[in-house]
Amino acid sequence: METAEFIANVEEQFMETDPGTIQMNTEFRNVEEWSSLIALMLIAMVDEKYDVVLTGDDIRNSNTIQDLYDKVSSKLN
Amino acid sequence: MAYFSINQVAVAGMSACVPKEYFLNSRDQLPGLDQAELLKIVSMTGIDKHHIAPKEICTSDLCYTAAEKLIEKLAWGKNEIELLIFVSQTPDYILPMTSTILQNRLGLSSQCLAFDMSIGCSGFVYGMSAISSMIAATKIKKAILLVGDTITKTLSIKDRSTFPLFGDAGTATALCYDEQAAPIHFQLNSDGSAYKAIIINDGGQRSPFSEQSLLPIKSDDGIEKTNAQLYLNGMDVFNFSITKAPKSFNDILQESTTNIEDINYFAFHQANKLMNETIRKKLKIDPAKYLYSLGKYGNTSSATIPLTLVSELQNELSTQSLKLGLCGFGVGLSWGSMILETKSICTLPVIEI
Repeated sequence: METAEFIANVEEQFMETDPGTIQMNTEFRNVEEWSSLIALMLIAMVDEKYDVVLTGDDIRNSNTIQDLYDKVSSKLN
Repeated sequence: MAYFSINQVAVAGMSACVPKEYFLNSRDQLPGLDQAELLKIVSMTGIDKHHIAPKEICTSDLCYTAAEKLIEKLAWGKNEIELLIFVSQTPDYILPMTSTILQNRLGLSSQCLAFDMSIGCSGFVYGMSAISSMIAATKIKKAILLVGDTITKTLSIKDRSTFPLFGDAGTATALCYDEQAAPIHFQLNSDGSAYKAIIINDGGQRSPFSEQSLLPIKSDDGIEKTNAQLYLNGMDVFNFSITKAPKSFNDILQESTTNIEDINYFAFHQANKLMNETIRKKLKIDPAKYLYSLGKYGNTSSATIPLTLVSELQNELSTQSLKLGLCGFGVGLSWGSMILETKSICTLPVIEI
């Protein structure tokens, strides 16, 4: 799983956030646009693109994009 | 796995009723939520108009009207109906059950067997499994399944995770004993380990209603609700639904040796567009066959499947023979699928009262 591609896929869920804002160390809850809707869109995106289902706990226990990436990676193996 | 097929039972007709009052997400205001946020909810969930029952209209009133009009159009004698099941989580009273009240109000015989089932989003599939099993076992000739909820009465207007999504509706499905009927296939499941994912905590016996039940509690995400109002954990339910619903539907296809291409239409529980589309893509269902009534009625809990059939497919149902793929999933947690064949059944446009 390419990190650049993962970031691009995550960034697509943020419609009003400037491109380049989302990085691996970004704490996603601090992005102004963050909402529970975006959390659901992330779960749907990860399911569609990576065939991995993130749980509510996976999101709740993550702070950064890296944390999410690690969760997805661990479920890919 | 609870997979089974019921023979010699046919659907004779179907109707649905909603309260005429409604909330329009793209037009109306909610406290603490600006218009842009509401519009974002509309675009993601596909939910705009959702009907809201006023104080004096209960689920039983919506189901009563749906049933009364359907029985009239079918020209069934009231005395011929020997079985009534009411599926809802918003009954008239804690006790007695609502089905006996409806039996009397509809003018059905006191020899009619009537009982309630407390099931939500999977309620239509579960209700159909129970009523068709009983018809097949007893050879009762005519039966009526009433399924609906006025779940908006349990919502906090300050809960953006529920209020913009839910609507109220009641439905009636008439069934009869028919030796020529194609088998109805069912695949049913339950998982109570996640019962807290969708819950009204207070008011039952585990956590009785008290003064504290009326206190609004504010959570980190700005939601304000009491413990007597509906709580929904969006992420957990999302994860559950996109995993379990496709698996259940794949299982029923396999067990019943049905080719997905042979199904004319799919009416799945109307949760929200993001969730329903994720499920559709996983099952590779043609979008033209995948019905939506979300934009008109929102998520009406147990009523979504029959309401969607009546609102989106009335003409086809009344003139054609159809093979339908149905799937309900949610509160319980509980989920299940069914494959139902219909032959020019009696329907009428969605009724408003």
